[in-house]
Amino acid sequence: MTLPSPELNDEQKKRRRRRSIALALLLGGLVLIFYVLTIVKMGPGVFNREL
Amino acid sequence: MAYIDHSDDLPALTGGARVEDYFELLKPRVMSLVVFTAFVGLLLAPGGINPIIGAISILCIAVGAGASGALNMWYDADIDRVMSRTANRPIPAGRIERDHALALGLVLSAFSVLLLGLAANWLAAGLLAFTIFFYAVIYTMWLKRSTPQNIVIGGAAGAFPPMIGWAAVTGTVSLESCLLFLIIFLWTPPHFWALALYKQSDYGAAGIPMLPNVAGEAATKVQILLYSLILVATTLVPSFIGFGGLIYTVVASVTGASFIWLAWRLFRTRDDKSMRKAGRSLFTYSLSYLFVIFLAFITDHVATAFGIGL
Repeated sequence: MTLPSPELNDEQKKRRRRRSIALALLLGGLVLIFYVLTIVKMGPGVFNREL
Repeated sequence: MAYIDHSDDLPALTGGARVEDYFELLKPRVMSLVVFTAFVGLLLAPGGINPIIGAISILCIAVGAGASGALNMWYDADIDRVMSRTANRPIPAGRIERDHALALGLVLSAFSVLLLGLAANWLAAGLLAFTIFFYAVIYTMWLKRSTPQNIVIGGAAGAFPPMIGWAAVTGTVSLESCLLFLIIFLWTPPHFWALALYKQSDYGAAGIPMLPNVAGEAATKVQILLYSLILVATTLVPSFIGFGGLIYTVVASVTGASFIWLAWRLFRTRDDKSMRKAGRSLFTYSLSYLFVIFLAFITDHVATAFGIGL
């Protein structure tokens, strides 16, 4: 049996939304960091290959 | 005896934590000093580093420092609640649950160390991991509540960032990076004991054995003066081994003389009121002192790079 979720007021909903946005930005930033780091580590030669 | 009771329930969270509360767990003011000193280490290191890898390395060091701050607040929530300086931190104020701070600290620690290893090198990552461990476990969990020498040994945690920055570039630990470490390491005791002198009732209430509470004010003032002398002498060593130029030498001499003067003035105080005033002056001055010393290193380095080295 699942318990009913407590009703959130407007302030709580606003805070939850801001937390979700911050988390999304952090994850997006992490993806970007790994992408850029990969390109930097591999160097410009990564595009220099036969298709 | 120090508070070690972690069992009491915190007030119910009324509005859910704000993003700013989580950020506050990372001790942003400490983080800014860490970023600055790590940047100096990175900049002064011989050889170059790709600017993107350099930026990622600084970010990792900052996040690692923040993570250890969160772990510190997780463990110290009980004593933070007792001290006026820390009572409004997110956990004692009831804005964030302790377990959330622990989770945040552990996740950020792991990510910062792994990313630094992948981006720069594993020596720098190892040093960062050791720094987090040293601050969270050796200092926070052990030394802080058990010995008045807590901040002398624990100060090492705050001294590692320039060494990590240096290691990120060179992959080594050298005499120069050890000197940067030593400057912050020796700066920490007079800085915190000056604070402890005018906040000792806070530490006493929380049962933390800071030097003024355990050894007395007179002994603390002697220790502050001794450490200040050793600190200023150490800041002059770079000038003798060619690591600091004329700009650095002049700045280190002038600011060092002021540091010793303030420590001497504190040493000479006889009544409580003037001691608190002198303690506050030294504490405030010591913050800008460290910043200026490291800024002088950068100025010297940049001047030399542009061919105007003196």
